[in-house]
Amino acid sequence: MNQQEGYADDIVKGFVIWSMVWGLVAVLVGVFISFQIAFPQLNFPPYLTYGRLRPIHTNAGIFGWGIGSFMAFFIYITQRLTRTSLWSPGLAKAQLWLFNIVIALAAVTLAMGMNRSKEYAELEWPVASLVVVLWVIFAVNIVMTIVKRREEQMYISLWYILATLVGVAVLYLVNNAAIPVSLTKSYSAYAGANDANVQWWYGHNAVAMVLTTPPLAIFYYFLPKATGVPIYSHRMSVVAFWSLIFMYLWTGAHHLLWAPVPDWVQTLAMGFSVMLIAPSWAAVFNGYFSMNGQWHQMRENYLVKFLIFGITFYGMQTLQGPSQSIRTFSAFIHFTDWVPGHVHMGTLGWVSLVLFAAIYYTIPRLYHTEIYSIPLANVHFWLVLTGQLIFSITMWIAGVQQAAMLNATNPDGSLHYSFIETMVELYPYWHMRALGGVIYLAGLLVFLYNIYQTINGGKTQAAAQRA
Amino acid sequence: MIEKKPIIFLLLATATILVGTIITMVLPFRWINDPKLAIASVKPYTPLQLEGRDIYIREGCNNCHTQTVRPLLSDTERYGEYSKSGEFVYDQPFLWGSRRNGPDLARIGGKYPDAWHVKHMKDPRSMVPRSNMPAYDFLNRPLDTSLSERKMKALKFPYTQADLDALKGKSEMDAIIAYMQKVGNDIPWRKTGTAAVLGELKNPFQDNMSVLPEGQKLYAEHCAQCHGIELAGEVGPDLRDLDQPDAKVFATVFSGIAAGGMPAFGDTLGKERTWKVVTYLKSVHKH
Repeated sequence: MNQQEGYADDIVKGFVIWSMVWGLVAVLVGVFISFQIAFPQLNFPPYLTYGRLRPIHTNAGIFGWGIGSFMAFFIYITQRLTRTSLWSPGLAKAQLWLFNIVIALAAVTLAMGMNRSKEYAELEWPVASLVVVLWVIFAVNIVMTIVKRREEQMYISLWYILATLVGVAVLYLVNNAAIPVSLTKSYSAYAGANDANVQWWYGHNAVAMVLTTPPLAIFYYFLPKATGVPIYSHRMSVVAFWSLIFMYLWTGAHHLLWAPVPDWVQTLAMGFSVMLIAPSWAAVFNGYFSMNGQWHQMRENYLVKFLIFGITFYGMQTLQGPSQSIRTFSAFIHFTDWVPGHVHMGTLGWVSLVLFAAIYYTIPRLYHTEIYSIPLANVHFWLVLTGQLIFSITMWIAGVQQAAMLNATNPDGSLHYSFIETMVELYPYWHMRALGGVIYLAGLLVFLYNIYQTINGGKTQAAAQRA
Repeated sequence: MIEKKPIIFLLLATATILVGTIITMVLPFRWINDPKLAIASVKPYTPLQLEGRDIYIREGCNNCHTQTVRPLLSDTERYGEYSKSGEFVYDQPFLWGSRRNGPDLARIGGKYPDAWHVKHMKDPRSMVPRSNMPAYDFLNRPLDTSLSERKMKALKFPYTQADLDALKGKSEMDAIIAYMQKVGNDIPWRKTGTAAVLGELKNPFQDNMSVLPEGQKLYAEHCAQCHGIELAGEVGPDLRDLDQPDAKVFATVFSGIAAGGMPAFGDTLGKERTWKVVTYLKSVHKH
């Protein structure tokens, strides 16, 4: 089925390749800013300071690597699940160009300090407007392909794809509402606590609609493809789908616990965050139970390792997240390094591992060849896993230590440590994190080399056949 | 059933997403920033403060500094009065942040004199030895004021021609410091919030030479950045030959001088360590 004629697969190749380019940028900048935190002399103002580079790291990661590869796999998966070629390959080609222009513009404008300051919505209004155009082009193409489909039933991946298309649109439009002053400067349309509440409704649901539903769509498609066994329970995935997209939208204010937004909004966010464990773990169980009788594939099939470790990190992420959204625990670890540790388990552990599997699966098929080296894929796996675990575990320990120091009091009730006394104790942890980042980067380079050689091999074979 | 009807499916999914959105994001607009909850003393930004705020945003200061004090002991003792929603009604965007690589800045206004900020921005490690903040020396360049009036209009903030004229000749450093000095300082919390020291103030370490090394070490960490390692004064006054009773010196270090830019150290040092610093201060003379 994968070799079928008529699918717009060149565009999938384009998105996969460019998402890998931006993924490399995200990790390179990430490693660099982790060194900047440990060694402040590495800040080179005005353009290369931590304050300006961190948004480039997050935007390249979420939008360049994340959205870029989701666009690739949404196009790939939708065509196959509908047994229909893409509605408009020409539009998709324009979309790829626009995507790269937007991400490049984002990097340049952020380095120049054009920044709205709202996390993951930093882009100034002209660039943000291009993002909206990009998303509309993409959504129309996917929806129209589904509408004219030849397979009547929509598989669960298509559900997650459709929810992503509408969810991202609503979130992005509302949170980017701005009062423009010039082409390079605007102010948020909302003020103070309202702006905060809108921002974290957006911020947390970017996690839902960018870092959860698209990887789930990809996971539900590629796990059966990679293992050759069907998903354990369609019904469970359907129940989980509706409860997930219902409950996620209530939880944004768990980023604002103890902040001056209404108490009842915080309490609702806390309650729904805990309830989200159920649909999240439904997906985890669906992954695990599908593997019943197939666990030997963890040893024999390198793709399964990526997918099952990915869904496992998703499971851990969706237990840790709800625990952090409880007021008492949040009071302790919020604002410390614990939180970056949590975030990177999700982005490096869950999202990226699933994407690696999807790329390993599709690239050889798109180029009609075999993967260049399975041993290298295994090296890649263990390097990124080690790097990510060093990163996350180090940051959890650092966060708990700093929180404990910040809360320590003297017998007379005064605080035992000044802020800087708690901060200087973090340097050893920051060195460890930078090391974790370097190991992860090494793993990523092995991956890119493997994919590069695979594509090259495919092209050589094709040339040989023609000759 | 529904898995065969993509358009109906899309509409249903949208409706599902909108329930939580409307209840937790749209409805709160009804209560947040209600004029009834306004704090009269909280004022909009002046053109210079607004330009400073825009530099704060441009440099991404919010990536390392939060601006919200939670009603928790470790926050209020360390930073000051907890934040109230009425204090942020002119903040577009809000700058509460999400990670404290550096300290919270919600109550930074009025904590230090301008000269402290200039020195700290130029070379953070000269003031806080192991700080990892980047140096912002380059902010000494002239402030670009070409958009200042349009910015004030866009946000509907009141301003006079004199306010705009006052921008002439200012540097970016002047602007960001003007902003820093306003943050969290519109409510009179420093006057009402200062902890009064109860009971007779008697130095438990009077004439006790053994505490001098620790007192000197505490001085080097907390005081030397403004008063100089030799106590000769710099940002703050010369402290040699301090002709004041121990109790008076203690009160100044413990509670600060709100009008003079001297921060209160009682929350970070506690009573015992403050007395040690006092004992050290009184022991230093010009010779």
